[in-house]
This record gives sequence, structure tokens and C-alpha cells, in this order.
Amino acid sequence: MITELLSTTVLIGILASGIRLATPYLYAAIGETFGQKSGVLNLGVEGQMLLGCFAAFYVALTTGNLWLGLLAAMIVGAAMGLAMAFVTVNLRAQQGISGIGFYLFGLGMSDLLFQRLMGTVETVKGFQRIYIPGLSDIPGIGEIFFNQNILVYGAYLLVPLAWFVLNKTTLGLKIRAVGENPDAADSLGVSVARVRYFTIILGGTLSGIAGASLSIALLNVFQQNMTSGLGFIAVALVYFGAWKPVGVLGGALLFSMVNSLQLWIQVLGIPVPSDIAVMMPYVLTILVLVATVSRVRAPSALTKPFERDD
Amino acid sequence: MKKFAWILIFVLAFSLVLGACGELTETNEESGAPEAATEAAPEAATEAPAAPMEPFRVAVVMPSAINDLAFSQSMYDALLRVQEDMGGADAFEIVYSENMFVVDDAAAAIRDYASQGFDLVIAHGSQYGSSLQEIAPDFPDTSFAWGTTVDTFGQPNIFAYEAASQEGGYVNGVVAASLTTSDIMGVVGPIETGDAKLYVDGFKAGVLATNPDITVNVNYIGSFSDVALASEAATTHISAGADVLTGTAQMVVGAIGKAEEANVLWFGTQSNQTSLAPSIVVASQVYHWEVMLHEMIDLINSGTLGGQSFTANLANGGEVVEFNPDYALPADVQALADETIKGITDGTITITLP
Repeated sequence: MITELLSTTVLIGILASGIRLATPYLYAAIGETFGQKSGVLNLGVEGQMLLGCFAAFYVALTTGNLWLGLLAAMIVGAAMGLAMAFVTVNLRAQQGISGIGFYLFGLGMSDLLFQRLMGTVETVKGFQRIYIPGLSDIPGIGEIFFNQNILVYGAYLLVPLAWFVLNKTTLGLKIRAVGENPDAADSLGVSVARVRYFTIILGGTLSGIAGASLSIALLNVFQQNMTSGLGFIAVALVYFGAWKPVGVLGGALLFSMVNSLQLWIQVLGIPVPSDIAVMMPYVLTILVLVATVSRVRAPSALTKPFERDD
Repeated sequence: MKKFAWILIFVLAFSLVLGACGELTETNEESGAPEAATEAAPEAATEAPAAPMEPFRVAVVMPSAINDLAFSQSMYDALLRVQEDMGGADAFEIVYSENMFVVDDAAAAIRDYASQGFDLVIAHGSQYGSSLQEIAPDFPDTSFAWGTTVDTFGQPNIFAYEAASQEGGYVNGVVAASLTTSDIMGVVGPIETGDAKLYVDGFKAGVLATNPDITVNVNYIGSFSDVALASEAATTHISAGADVLTGTAQMVVGAIGKAEEANVLWFGTQSNQTSLAPSIVVASQVYHWEVMLHEMIDLINSGTLGGQSFTANLANGGEVVEFNPDYALPADVQALADETIKGITDGTITITLP
């Protein structure tokens, strides 16, 4: 039965599923990377995603326009980011606690809006898979990489883009400086507050897109608490990926591939108890984390509110 | 400044609580009897001799939402049907707490309802059992019901209810086996326990009894809420060649979407799932808890507050296989389905579970 796992259909299936499953993690975790690089831990990702899920779904359902839905998710995510930035930057609140507050707000608010505006689970016709002439026809590769919807492609394009912005631009330098040594950055005329506002709002916007990728591209439904912990895994992936977009990509793919592998293990009837199978991605992630934890250091100012010494 | 931050956080957290309250208010509106009015009822009765008799009051605590198209909705819909049978909100008042996935919160809600003097408090989730075992003896005059289980803890004021979900699963399996062309089917389950396991085992038994050459691939995703993983599990089944899918619990909405996209058939359970994908849902096993509820209410009215357990099945009408009228089921398959239902009802078909 183990040999069945190595058949072409199964391998293609595992890789294609893994790539899809990693999509929401990528948006949310890349957004979180920006925030943490500038010294702000946002635990509210899950709440931002849930509101993004709902906003995208509801707008797509009522207007019939998926792009408007995506825009709505981005606006809602950005608004949540703005509020988070105000609380953490201006009010200097403890970041972990306020993040959980925002998570609970998103969870409750998306549920309330769903109850009031929809009342029952419905479906929309989400973003369809895009056929790319030539590329989509390549056997195997085409099925895995070039038979996905636009938001899946977007998530993977975001990785090099985020790397470029963080490492090759002045903005990226400012973000890193603010996260490592805000006092020094401040003395050089970098506005710590403005940089952090930018990264937190960007993170919120990307979390909103992560939500939209679930509700109007991958699943095309909305249900209460449909992210079911995905946003928290995204935060963990930032640590896992050592605050590097490529590391985040690796973590998201590893987690998702093992998840789709366990789905196939059960489907093929390989005698592994289902409880053990569903544990696999988590156990493996922890093992990798333990093995690699000593090699990296978090941004020095992470979770520390900035107060100028006058 | 810092103080202000804390206040803001509390306000945020509070909005969640407000959300929950909003739902409660809605319940009261629906039942047409706001709490204030109910409390004022005895006074009104003395003033107006022709006042209607006091309503039968039911409170229910559920783990997911009343519109989850699955477990919780099956109970809520059943309560609405009881309400209709009993003559509307004036005769039968329903109050509910949904999304009580935290057992501690559920226990607090159950205790609250009991102390408010409800006639029947339903703990709709087997995870609430141990809480109920502690609470029930404190309220000997209140009747409690919990499910799905057969255990009343030997308490005189606890009813237990469960569903023989393998029966509807078997019928779904027989129909599915008659419709498949690839001879491969996929099942998306939550956690390998309770009525989910019964349903899945019943489905497999039905399929294999009809055609032993069919492969039924079963996938338990380890969660009742992970819509994304349920959806990917469905995609995995479809890649493995399945042309019929089924599944149980509230996260299957993700799987139904994938089934519709790939145009493979879907069989539902717990609630009627036709509305989600009218083109591919063939049939749903629906729990009609009202059959049990009517029996409980009659017992309560005659002074028996508990101590009995009920099983919803095809024979007593607590389970009904509802076919999608828009799906053109071949006449011979429909006949086979009816025959199977009849066989299970009169005992000529016995379902052997692993």
C-alpha cells in the first residue's frame, strides 16, 4: 500500500493540494512578518481573516463581483490593522493581550454579521482556476502549479515581492531598523510610529486577502469560525520561517504538504489511525522548529512599545 | 494613556459578548414572548381570567450555530416543528444558546436556564454530559435532556436521546452504490466517534451490501470546524476517482462546494443539505428530533421528568431520508431506496457494524 503513495496521481494530488492549502497561510504569515519585523506582534490575525472572509463573501454574494469582494476584504483588514496600530503604537498597549482582543472581536463580529445579514450557509461561484496555454498542459507540473486560481498565484508572487521590499528597499531598511533598534532609527529621523502604522495596516490588508482566499477562491462558502485556528498557525509560521519570507514559504509548504499527505494516507486506506494521521503536520512542524530554533533571533524590539526618551 | 488602552481592549472583548446577547434577544423575538412578558404573566392572569395557559418553556444549549446545516440545526428545526404542532409561540417558548463549544460556558448556560424555571433544558451535545450530571440533581423539578447518548446517569430528571444514524447511512449507501459508475466513493468525517462513526459505518455497510466490489475511502479530518481541510479532503477523494461523496458534521459545507464544482454526487446527513448544492445532492438523512421531543413533553406534563432514553430511527420517524426533488433519481433506484427503508423499518434488513 505504501507504494500506492508513490504513484503519479497521488504525488500530483499531494503537491497540488499542498500548494492550495498553503495559500491563506502565505498571505497571513507574510503580512505578520512585516509587522513583527517592525517590532509588533499581531495575534489578531485570525480575527482579521474571519472579517475578511465574511466581507469578501458577502460583497461577492450581493454584488456578484469577486473583485469587489476582494477589495472589501482588503478594506476591512486594513481597518482592523489601523485600529490595532492605534492601540499598540499610540496607546502602547500590551501587544499579545490586545491582539487576542482583536481576535475575539473579529470572531464575534463576523458571526454576528453572518447571522444578521445572511442567516444560513450559502455558496458563491468563486475565482476559477486559470488555464495558462502551454504551461497548464505540461504533464504533472501543469496540474500542480498552473491549474490554480488567481489568489493562489498571488500568494506565491507575494513571497519574492516581500523579500525584495524587506531587503532591497529603503522602506525595508526602515522597517528592520525600527524592529531592531527603534531609538537609533528615531534619532536618525525615521518615524517609528509611521513605519509601524504602515506594517500593521499592510498586515491587516494581507490577512483580509487571506480570508478572501478562503471564502471566495478556495472554499466559496462562509461559515462561523471557518478559519478554525489558521491565523494562529500563520503567526507560528513567522517564527518557524525565522522572519524571512522564504522561510515562511518553506514552513507553509511543509505544513500543508504533510497535511495533504495525511489526507491521502487515509484515502488510500493505509492503516494509520486517523487521530495519528491528523497529528502529523503539527508534530513535524514542532520537530523542525525544535531542530532549528537556536539558529535565529527575533527582532530585538518585538512586542516592545516605543517611547521616546525626551 | 495605558489605562485607556485597557478600557479599549475591554470594549473590544465586550462587543463579542454583545454579539451573543444580540442573538438571545432575537430568540425572544422569534418565540414572541420576551422574558419580561413571561415574568409578568402570573399577574396578568389574575387580572384577566381568559388569559391563555402558561407556555411550555424549552431552553437548548448547542455546540455550533442553529444554521449549521448539520447537528445543531437539526435540533433547532425540530423545536420549531414542535412549536408549530403545539400552536405557536404562545404555547411553546424556545430559547437557545448556540456556539457553546466551550463546555464550561455551556454548563453555566444550562444552570442559568434551569434556575430560570424552564420546563425542559436540552444539552445538545454529548460533551455536556458530565456537566449535566452535576447540575441536574440541584434542580429536581426541572427536566433535562441530553444527547446523543443513551445514558441518563440514573437520574430521575434526565432524558437521553440518540440517533441510529447508521440506518439513514445505510439507505444513502444503497442509493449511492446504485448510482456510482467509477465504483469509488469518498467519505469526509470529523472525528472517529459518536454518530459520525455510526453514520460512516452504516454508509459503508449499505454500499457493500449492494455491491461488494465498490471501494469506500474514508477520511476523518480530526475537526468539526476546519472547512478548508474538509474541502481539500473532498478534492483528494475526487482525485482518487470518487464519483460519490458523503460526510457528516458542520465542516462538510467545504466538501459539498468541491463536490458541486467537480459535479460528483453528494449524500447528506443530520440536516437537509440540498439547498447548498441543488444539482448534486441526492438525499439527506434528516434527524426529526420532534418525535422524541413530543414524547418527552407528554411525559413531563404527566409528571415524569426523566429516566428514559430515546433513539431516533427510521421506524419511529425520528430519522427521515429526504430526497432532493430536483435530482432526477431513476425510478428503479427510488424503488430500491424505498424497499431498503421498509426493510430496515420492519426488521428484515439488519445492519452489521464493524
